[in-house]
Amino acid sequence: MAPTLGPLLLSLQLAALTTLILILLGTPLAWWLSRTRSRFKPAIQAIVALPIVLPPTVMGFYLLIVLGPYGAIGRWWVEVTGEALTFSFSGLVIASCFYSLPFAVQPLQSAFDALGTQEVEAARTLGASELDAFFTIAVPLSVPGFLTATVLSFAHTLGEFGVVLMVGGNIPGETRVVSIAIYDHVESLDYASAHQMSVILVAFAFLVLLSMFLANRRLERRTR
Amino acid sequence: MSASISVRYELQRSDFSLDVDVDVPMRGITGVFGESGSGKTALLRCIAGLERGASGRLVVADEVWQDETISRPVHEREIGYVFQEPRLFAHLNVRQNIEYGRRRGRREDVGFDEAVELLGLRYLLERRVDTLSGGEAQRVAIARALLRSPRVVLMDEPIASLDRARRDEILPFLDGLHAALSIPVIYVSHSIDEVIRLCDYLLVMEHGRIVAAGEIQEVLLRADLPLLGGEEAGAIIHASVLEHDPQDGLTKIAFDGVEMWVPGAYETGVPLRLRIRANDVSICRDEPGTSTILNVLPAVIDNIHADGRSSELVQLVIGAERILARITRRSRAQLDLKPGESVLAQIKSVAVKNAPAGGR
Repeated sequence: MAPTLGPLLLSLQLAALTTLILILLGTPLAWWLSRTRSRFKPAIQAIVALPIVLPPTVMGFYLLIVLGPYGAIGRWWVEVTGEALTFSFSGLVIASCFYSLPFAVQPLQSAFDALGTQEVEAARTLGASELDAFFTIAVPLSVPGFLTATVLSFAHTLGEFGVVLMVGGNIPGETRVVSIAIYDHVESLDYASAHQMSVILVAFAFLVLLSMFLANRRLERRTR
Repeated sequence: MSASISVRYELQRSDFSLDVDVDVPMRGITGVFGESGSGKTALLRCIAGLERGASGRLVVADEVWQDETISRPVHEREIGYVFQEPRLFAHLNVRQNIEYGRRRGRREDVGFDEAVELLGLRYLLERRVDTLSGGEAQRVAIARALLRSPRVVLMDEPIASLDRARRDEILPFLDGLHAALSIPVIYVSHSIDEVIRLCDYLLVMEHGRIVAAGEIQEVLLRADLPLLGGEEAGAIIHASVLEHDPQDGLTKIAFDGVEMWVPGAYETGVPLRLRIRANDVSICRDEPGTSTILNVLPAVIDNIHADGRSSELVQLVIGAERILARITRRSRAQLDLKPGESVLAQIKSVAVKNAPAGGR
């Protein structure tokens, strides 16, 4: 079981950390996109959505360059931490954040769009500052959006393969996540191990999505 | 006018412009009346600070809220805003909704219990807001705005989206607010009936501009305002109840020593607000002898205005009050009516609008 568990735990760690970062960074971005009348909005939206259409290898290729020791982010990282970003867990987290960005931002933006301005305006006239109104009104009323964003970012990061392979490689305990491990097992014709991991992943993904839809149904009943 | 709210705003949009400069008294209910699209809502939103593009000056009882150099953000303007829709917070129950503004306020001019009693919300406090009827939801919204302890309450057609029965359910609560609280209210409406029932002062808006402002009695008498003309032209009179005749179901009222009979039962001493439409008033020179009309009052003609092709609006002074009478041009010529003459006003019907102070 141990060789199965390692990559699985690494994947869960990666997905959890990525999701946390994406919710923290994606929320203000989604809020801005939802409220702004800036002429740059379509361009920003297009950039955010790019990972949906680009082949993971393209994403991975450019991330490898940017995160590499001579790339913009990679060089800075080496200066600050003394370690390379590529083929490291930290590098994987950063790459995953780019790769899964639309899966966090888009559900949040839809939720904020659907919320509109009415309740927030009312809160502002009742003495709430913009930040206060955001946390006490906009966020609680957008809980289904946050739930969707969390689940999709998590699941999408869990399932990524191409970007991981390009940026992280296949270092056990560092970058050997479950999708890579499965690929490895299949390559070496170890179908039993591949099965073991795949079944766990299928069951896990199904349970996560099921609980999301169940929770969303309950929330909708409560808030609408 | 002692304390007032001085409002001067300019707002340009592609299809609309607002340009107002007016003083609103810091007491009573000021109606803002006009057709939809005349800028009533935009004016309220400017006062609340919700219109970013608006430039102007706003002074509330000597406190500058906005001018060329400063503009208080929305949450620092002490206003209570009641929107057309209730805009309740779906994740909070009724009590939490009402307390949202209260928890953020610095003062507490209106007590929680007082507001809850005034709007009849005691039995709703623990309910979820999606279980409320439209009328109940709007009452919660009004209580929520009051508990923010505002210097001024802004109401944007708070009952326009409700059906007639719900409206009649809320209006008494609004009457009650008027009587119980000293907070000034700016009340936007396109219904002359609501304005007449509730307001003490009136602003009339047309195409983003204010075309009339003043005490409601004076503004309603203005024959030159097309909005107030037609079927709705008429006057408001304040009177008090003398006695009730239960046999005929009539009540005798008086103003300035002039006595009248109105339908309905009212308690002695209660102040009433009467609405007399110009179409319900006719003029005669001599005592009509036997007539079905109960109220024939001595009056003096103040002025006569042309009103359409065949009719004229005559302003009559009765005691110290003024009413309007709509007569045909031919009648005016036949009776040879002129300003300054004494005549008799026959009042065919009178509507009692409300009892502004403690009538319920």
